[in-house]
Amino acid sequence: MTSSAAVEVTGLRVRRGKRLVLRDVSCTIPQGSVTGLLGPSGCGKTTLMRSIVGVQIVESGSVSVLGSPAGSAGLRRRIGYATQNPAVYADLTVEENLRYFCSVLRAPRSDVSRVIDEVGLGTNASQLVSSLSGGELSRTSLAVALLGTPELLVLDEPTVGLDPLLRDELWTLFRTLAARGVTLVVSSHVMDEAARCERLLLMRDGALLADDTPGSLLSETGTDDLEQAFLHLVRAKEAA
Amino acid sequence: MNTSILLATTARILNQFRHDRRTVALMILMPSLLLILLRFVFNSEQAFSRAAPALLAVFPFAIMFIVTSITTLRERTTATLERLMTMPIAKLDLLFGYALAFGLVAVVQVLVAVGISLTWLGLSIGGSVWLLVIIAGLDALLGTALGLFASAFARTEFQAVQFMPLFVMPQVLLCGLFSPRTQMTPVLEWLSNVMPLSYAVDALTAVTTSSDITGELVQDLAIVAACGLLALVLGAVTLRRRTP
Repeated sequence: MTSSAAVEVTGLRVRRGKRLVLRDVSCTIPQGSVTGLLGPSGCGKTTLMRSIVGVQIVESGSVSVLGSPAGSAGLRRRIGYATQNPAVYADLTVEENLRYFCSVLRAPRSDVSRVIDEVGLGTNASQLVSSLSGGELSRTSLAVALLGTPELLVLDEPTVGLDPLLRDELWTLFRTLAARGVTLVVSSHVMDEAARCERLLLMRDGALLADDTPGSLLSETGTDDLEQAFLHLVRAKEAA
Repeated sequence: MNTSILLATTARILNQFRHDRRTVALMILMPSLLLILLRFVFNSEQAFSRAAPALLAVFPFAIMFIVTSITTLRERTTATLERLMTMPIAKLDLLFGYALAFGLVAVVQVLVAVGISLTWLGLSIGGSVWLLVIIAGLDALLGTALGLFASAFARTEFQAVQFMPLFVMPQVLLCGLFSPRTQMTPVLEWLSNVMPLSYAVDALTAVTTSSDITGELVQDLAIVAACGLLALVLGAVTLRRRTP
């Protein structure tokens, strides 16, 4: 693998129950970039992300992350992962949640206030998670992923239910992190977020439709927005 | 294993309890309330003194089993376990962290129950009070460990609650509380011999009747402790970093 690839997925097949959720997915995610993983709900985005962080049982294929096989013990302090359902304890405050995960990661204590600022939860720090709004809840879960100094951030729909201003702030944060060399994989099912990514992985029905930059996707499909580009690719594939 | 992560897990669980005072009150007072009820049902100190030692084992065991299996199941079904499994925490750190937190609650629970039984309810014991507390505490820990293990087989909280009759009631019926274990038919006696609660009840009965620390008592205690440890290790084995 080249030194600039943070994640390299080769021929990945995943079966959940009887359904083949990922069918021979191969892709490369460059280091220090924001890669958007887009596609309709149920297309396999979460399964691909779970495979990258190493919690998914895979049928065949390989996933290499930061130079080691996905799921290796050495990777556990180098990856930040935020699941789609907020993975925080509802009966603890925001700060208590972060302090616990901070100890598990053996990250410095000062990280707790740093990540609270980064996701804009300063006024909610001592609030019980069960009393937060949906957007605050997912930001708490995102904050946990930012603890320590992860080299790879895998974020499953981190901006769902956020007001446009906050969403914009988070995307600024993502780009700042990428500029520092952090690799981000961000999933979304809304196409308007796609334009904010440097690279796009478009998925449908367990397979990759495209692995490209937003600009060249538009020029290659001859469309002027990404929603149209996606439709164009789906129709082209069905016609084939 | 990493002690600081283990202790952080214990502190986290105790913190969760701190925000849920009603659960804490229920856990700490329930065995005592049941023992008080039993004392007035029997309406005689002698009859109560005969049954109470076994129940000092049964009540904390059953309550800790339910509380632990539900709490752990909650961790398994919400995404927090999946998140932890991507982090540098050993499975035993998590399970022993749980056992330690619930163990501390169990010790308080048992101290209150023993204290009330000895002072107000007229329980008289021949042996050491502290040994009684240790055995009952160990037994509550056994309930915790079995609860952690059982939660691996439950998909929903409904199922987890159903495991209480499955894992706990046979042990209660066969532990010698209702009929002496030696007078059971061979099959039942054999079943009773493979159930850890039987040894906890034997040990408690021995402590209440005599102050001697016999080899048999030590053996009973060792069996209870070993079963608890075994359940914890099996619990760690059933915890998977990778899931379908």
